[in-house]
Amino acid sequence: MADLFEILIGNEEEKDYKKKSVIAQGITGKFGSFHTQQMIAYGTNIVAGVTPGKGGQKFENVPIYETMGEAVSATGAKISIVFVPAKFFKDAAIEALEAGIKLLVAIPEHVPVRDAMIILDLAKKKDAIMIGPNTPGIIIPGIIKIGIMPATPFKPGRIAVLSRSGTLMYEVSHNLSVANFGQSVSLGIGGDPINGTTVIEAFEMIRKLPNVDGVVVVGEIGGDAEELLAQHIIDSKFDKPVVAYIAGRAAPKEKRMGHAGAIIYGTYGSAESKVSMYAKANVPVAKRPAEVPMLLAGKLDGKKG
Amino acid sequence: MRLLEYQAKSLFSEYGIRIPKGLTSTNIEQGRKDASVIGFPFVIKAQMAVGGRGKAGAIQKCHNFDEFELKYPEIMQKIVKGEKAKAILLEQMQEYKKELYLSLFLNRSKRCYTVIASSEGGVEIESVKNQIIREVGLGHVDKNTAEEVANAIGLKNNSIEEFVNLVQKLSKLTIEKEAELAEINPVAVLNDGTLLALDGKVIIDDNAMFRHEELRKFQEVSELEERAEKSGFSLVELDGNIAVVGNGAGLVMSSLDMLSDHGGKPACFLDVGGGATTETVYEALTLISGMKKVKGILVNLYGGIVKTTTVATAFIKAYENRLIDIPVFARMSGAEADKSKEVLKNSKTKMFDTVEEAINAAVIGVNKSG
Repeated sequence: MADLFEILIGNEEEKDYKKKSVIAQGITGKFGSFHTQQMIAYGTNIVAGVTPGKGGQKFENVPIYETMGEAVSATGAKISIVFVPAKFFKDAAIEALEAGIKLLVAIPEHVPVRDAMIILDLAKKKDAIMIGPNTPGIIIPGIIKIGIMPATPFKPGRIAVLSRSGTLMYEVSHNLSVANFGQSVSLGIGGDPINGTTVIEAFEMIRKLPNVDGVVVVGEIGGDAEELLAQHIIDSKFDKPVVAYIAGRAAPKEKRMGHAGAIIYGTYGSAESKVSMYAKANVPVAKRPAEVPMLLAGKLDGKKG
Repeated sequence: MRLLEYQAKSLFSEYGIRIPKGLTSTNIEQGRKDASVIGFPFVIKAQMAVGGRGKAGAIQKCHNFDEFELKYPEIMQKIVKGEKAKAILLEQMQEYKKELYLSLFLNRSKRCYTVIASSEGGVEIESVKNQIIREVGLGHVDKNTAEEVANAIGLKNNSIEEFVNLVQKLSKLTIEKEAELAEINPVAVLNDGTLLALDGKVIIDDNAMFRHEELRKFQEVSELEERAEKSGFSLVELDGNIAVVGNGAGLVMSSLDMLSDHGGKPACFLDVGGGATTETVYEALTLISGMKKVKGILVNLYGGIVKTTTVATAFIKAYENRLIDIPVFARMSGAEADKSKEVLKNSKTKMFDTVEEAINAAVIGVNKSG
């Protein structure tokens, strides 16, 4: 599989080290234009935008193209962030992957599961990575922000944050930053049933990174991602401290709690099931976001001692 | 969206899957007519989107009119796991020799569909023994796989071909209707070896509904939930008296948890979506103002990019228009928090720095007001 951090940062010999080119699909929409401005302000190297019918124009000095094919040939970018509405996501994503994009950050919420699965299949064939859909994106604080997250909660540091929820990723990262735990990366897994990059895959990407001292996993009810992750931590002998948070303990069964993926069937997807598996993997679970830094401090101290 | 049994069965029928003769009614007058058409004996089945109906007495056999007059109203009033009966299905009774389990299910962690089958159906999936599971990608089941499964669950003679047909029809339905689950439990093996779908459970991907106008007729949402959907909100009504509002599903769930931990009772889960504007917050307050049980509102917004003053303006407007007059306990992060506090100083909205403080105040405040 393509290496996420290689795509995002590159190596020191490269001219565009820490300045990787990014294309914004749906750059002229209300949402896309606002967040493109925010990303540029953060220092992300947005080199092109795509909006059919607006090719040849510019937005914030960024050239707009008709198709992803043209945008990629003109810029050589390997990263794309997709802002188009859910209905049009599939076509936009196919265009991006066919044009040679290696990292697709899929922002839209409400993408049909079938479309996400089709894109995931294609991404695998093209050796590309998809993050999302229904993700706030990914940020390496101080270096690159590809997403819709506000900049303020994030500080550079050595903790990796993986989250199934957007605003909780901000909340938890903010709590960590205030407690002097900056982040090496904060990555939104997405709130949908099917994730382009699963929590386990993200763990494997992080495992190799030298600048990660600990991992915080922000989860929620629904599915069995947390249970499988706990098993994976045990099986793969993951040796960095891990702390978790799970939202939705008070949620009723069989009700979709906002996110398409946040629903409990029977005991499948319940918070109890997740907490008990985490306990087996020796992963403490915070009761509220503000408790995360305390538990993390405990784990890191424990490791030193 | 989870379809009721009779709705799932109407889809089955559309795809050529055999179902027992049945009729659906919502009152006993219609029920009597249905009973004469179907003829005794038949089964009376409450239509509700939960499992365990049989055990709860929401499915019963009926042999004559006297029994019918007693059982129809009884079953109509059944509440199982908090769900009321939405309709009553009367269905011809069947003789059969065996019950199988069959489903196509979207496996989230494997990120593909799976066919699950068993020779021991008729109980809830958690208790189904000897499950045969095959991964089938995007849901298409080829003939070889279907035959392999038929053999693995011990089918013989004409039942094998019947089963292969059944699986392929169910697969077609799953793909075309974008179902996350299509389950037939049990599949009855009749004395002549043919198969019949005795029950049906289908869950459609809500996010795909925009291209399934034909399924709209099955959609049942409360008036409030429908209004919320129009505004792009997610709303789940709950039993308590404190409305919980925030931006982002995870954040609202988290607030719900903390409120419950502090002894508060949430009246609803309301996610106004990623961003928060004066308009969205005002619309959220409008929705909540229609919920009589609500005694207070807890607001937890992680603005970041959003200015809190934008949101404070919505509260002021809501009080001015007499939309609400109950207390609001709000935590908002984002720019201009001090200014917002100043703006709201003399209103019934109290601003707090942390969500914990807001929750404490909400629980105390609402309990005081009785």
